[in-house]
This record gives sequence, C-alpha cells and structure tokens, in this order.
Amino acid sequence: MAVLVLVDHDGSAVTQPTRSTVAAAQKLGEVHALVLGARAAAEAAAKLPGVAKVLHSDAEQYAHGLAEPTAALLVAMADGYSHLLAPASAGGKNVMPRAAALLDVQVLSDISDVVDADTFVRPIYAGNALATVKSADPKKVITVRAASFDPVPAEGGSAPIEAAPTVDNPGLSQFLGAEIVKSERPELTAARIVVSGGRAMGSAENFHIIESVADKLGAAVGASRAAVDAGYAPNDHQVGQTGKIVAPDLYVAVGISGAIQHLAGMKDSKVIVAINKDEEAPIFQVADYGLVGDLFKVMPEFEAEIGKK
Amino acid sequence: MKLLVPVKRVVDYNVKVRVKADGTGVETANVKMSMNPFDEIAVEEAVRLKEKGAATEIIAVSAGPAACQEQIRTALAMGADRGILIEHDGALEPLAVAKLLKAVVAKESPDLVILGKQAIDDDMNATGQMLAALLGWPQGTYISKVEPAEGGLKITREVDGGLEMLQLKLPAIVTTDLRLNEPRYASLPNIMKARKKPIETLKPADLGVDVTPRLTVVKVEEPPKRQAGKKVGSVQELVEKLRNEAKVI
Repeated sequence: MAVLVLVDHDGSAVTQPTRSTVAAAQKLGEVHALVLGARAAAEAAAKLPGVAKVLHSDAEQYAHGLAEPTAALLVAMADGYSHLLAPASAGGKNVMPRAAALLDVQVLSDISDVVDADTFVRPIYAGNALATVKSADPKKVITVRAASFDPVPAEGGSAPIEAAPTVDNPGLSQFLGAEIVKSERPELTAARIVVSGGRAMGSAENFHIIESVADKLGAAVGASRAAVDAGYAPNDHQVGQTGKIVAPDLYVAVGISGAIQHLAGMKDSKVIVAINKDEEAPIFQVADYGLVGDLFKVMPEFEAEIGKK
Repeated sequence: MKLLVPVKRVVDYNVKVRVKADGTGVETANVKMSMNPFDEIAVEEAVRLKEKGAATEIIAVSAGPAACQEQIRTALAMGADRGILIEHDGALEPLAVAKLLKAVVAKESPDLVILGKQAIDDDMNATGQMLAALLGWPQGTYISKVEPAEGGLKITREVDGGLEMLQLKLPAIVTTDLRLNEPRYASLPNIMKARKKPIETLKPADLGVDVTPRLTVVKVEEPPKRQAGKKVGSVQELVEKLRNEAKVI
C-alpha cells in the first residue's frame, strides 16, 4: 500500500523538513504527497524525486492549515494508505495526533529512524534516550524529525497532480490572522550554519552581534530558551527540546551554557563551536572547538576574521 | 466557565535521566518526580482565568500511579478547586489518556480543557490534539495567549516563523507553550489549604476505557555520545580550523 505525506510549503516551495519526510516515507512504500493551498506548491511537490503522485486541493477551508478540517481530510483519505506522515513542524505536530485519534491509532511523534513498516526509533526525555517502538496499530500516523533524514532533492521528479477529495469543514475554529516574521536569513531547521546566542547576550539589542556574524556566514539565527525567556529573542528562534531541533553543518553557540534542554536541540550538528567565558560550561563537553573568552570581545574579532579571505 | 486541567507526573526536568542497563526504559526509581512543566503553565493559566472572573471552577486530573496525588496536590495548592486521580499502574499512551479524559469530560462537562503541549518524558506532543479529536472539539495548540471572546475564545499560537491568531468555538481544547505565563510557586498557607481539598479516585474500568498500549518498547538506548573536542587559543585559530580542518566555512 502507498504512504501519504502531508506537505508543508510556503505557497510555492516545499519546505526542507517535508523533503526529509519524503525521504523517510520512501522506506515505507510508494509516496503520495498531499498539498493543501497554492497550485504552485503542488507543482513543486510533483518535482520531488520519489513522489509518485500529488493530491492537491486549494479549497478555502485548508488555506490556513487549521487542524480540524485538515485532520478530517486525512481521515477521509486514509483508507488507501498504510502510513500517514508529516514533518514534525508546528503544522504536522498540530494535525497528525488529531488524525491519529480519529483513526483510533497511537501517533508516532518525531521519529528519527525507520526500522521496518511497524517499528520506529524516536527520541524521548529530550533526546537523552532513544526508544525503538513497534506499533500494533493497523495504520501508522507519524511525524518525522527532519534533522534525522537527509532530504530528497527539490528537483528531479515529475509526478502527476490529481485533485484531493473535499470533506465538510467542521467549522470549529476560524483563522483571524498571523504575524510571520519575514527574514532574508535561511530558516533555522534548514540552514547549513546556525549561530545562536544565550542569556549572556544580556539584551535584545546585543543580539545584533549574533545577527551580524550570522549574515556574514549566510547563517540562521538561533537562541537558547534562557535567551527567549529573558525576551532577548523571539520564541521561534528557540533551539532545544521545547523549540526547534537543528542539525546544521556548523553550529556556533555563543554565551550558551549548554543546559540539557538546549543540547537536545543541537547535538546532532556536524561541527559545534562554543564561545563562552566560563570554561566549565557544559557546552564545551559537546563542542568540537571551544573558545574561552568574553563574547563581546570575541564576536567582533570573529566577524572580522571570517571577512578575510 | 468550568475548566479541566490534566497534569502528568514526570521525572523532574533537572534530573539527568539514565537508561536502564537492560535497555527496557529509563531509571525512574529513587528519582525526583514533578509536575510536567508545561502542565504547570496550564494550571497557572486556569488559575489566572479564575482570578479574572472568567472561570468558576478548576478541576485538576491526573492519570497514573497513586503517587500522582502529589502532582494533583501541587495543582490544588496553586489554586485548583478539586482533583480527580485515575489510578493505573501500567504504561499509559496519549491515546489511552485522551480516552480517559474524554470520559472525565463526559462526567464533568467542562467548557475548556487546558493541557501542556508536551510531556517531557515521552515527548509525544499528542494528548491535547487526541482529546480534541475524540470530543469533536476545536483545538488551539502551542498557545502564548488566550482570552475569552464573543462566541468563544481568541488564542495566539506559536507557529514556525511567528504567531497565528485563531478564534475557537467553546467547548475547546488548548495546549500551552512556554511564553503563556510564568507559573507561581504555591505559598505555604495554600499548600496547607490544598490538603483539605477533595481528590476523587477512579480506575480506568470505572470509566469504561481500555488502556491497553498500542506500542511495544523494543529497546531503549543511550544516544551516541559526542566527544568533547579541543579548546582553541584565539579567534584566528578558530577560523583557521573551521576553514581548513572542519571545512565548514
């Protein structure tokens, strides 16, 4: 039986976590992609290698990813599929457990590996343990930890696009608006380099030190929970167990002590750099390169040095 | 408005958990247990709604072993009015908990259920959404703001890249994110008072719910350990290493 992937997109491009989800889904069967919203996004999904068919609907009720109509649609489509997957994004995590409960199955959240059609690995306790679990449910509903799967390329396929069915909108919730920060910087979970600041930044104004280095490197900006709690950075910058899980090629932790909950969000990065004035900070235990020093002195030097060819 | 707030007993968030040597789970014997931090935020929000006059009664409910009474008492000390313990000694998955809570909702008829977005033990992030599904209620997950509004609730959600505002019909389910509030510490007089507040004890069978797990734990293991690397002496050395050794910039 085929497997269905619920696609996250920005109206035109498919997100990188979705491409990672397609990579995970390929291990389970023929992949069909469900795209709700703009036609351009369906066309982008049709180009993903490994996608055999795209199902598309631009019905108004799906326009804002509301959980109730989206889960109802997944349930209406579930008969033809052994597995329903979505990236473990804010959207996927909102919708998939709802669809799972309607199907009377236990959702498998945030999987980091596929062992076989019934068996999956998922981090528990903030990534301090990995549980391999086997599901006895007839159908699996899954969210995928994108950082654990290499994404399929954005181009290379040419799948047909068909219309997804329309189901009644339960009309329980209504979209009022959104405040989405438009940024030139890459998205945190997709960036090749991430520069993050912690509580030691001292203020929201001082965060420009991080932003400035990030821009030099073409990097995304992250923050520890402590920095978010202190109001230095917005919540969607948060890297950690309760924020975003990232695994870039290079992660630069600036003034971050390295609490367990932060490490959970970044320890799968390929190379970790820690800059901290406390040489006993736990972040140094996971860093490939550590530099002990005052960030307000080190960061301007770092920015100047990377500017040199 | 009557509020139901489920609270979960979990390993305290400051404890560094250890995987059991036999790979069956993590060590929970003789480990400090606490209320799940996101559930504390849920209790706090409920208490604030009551203090504002928007809520009339708060019921704290927990499912698990008898010791979950401690977490219910904490909720009562923070300001909940009464507790319900659904006593069960085996594993409870989010689907089973959602079914138990659905039965409690049928009994108590709350207008709003406030849950933590995620428990820090199994990290499932599912119970609220599953309960909303089973009840056919709207869900507002990962909220940073909730206010009663004409015809229901206005909520602000934390989503990728920013915030989203929704209107929910009541009855509804919401799940809390970090920035919703900062939970209070219970004062000693309130801890004393909480001892006198009633806790009703039920069993899953009393609610007619089958809680048999759907997942079997094949094994639990430690993630691969990262080795600490080296300290560099200067910014120049750091950039040189990143360029020529790690080749990441």
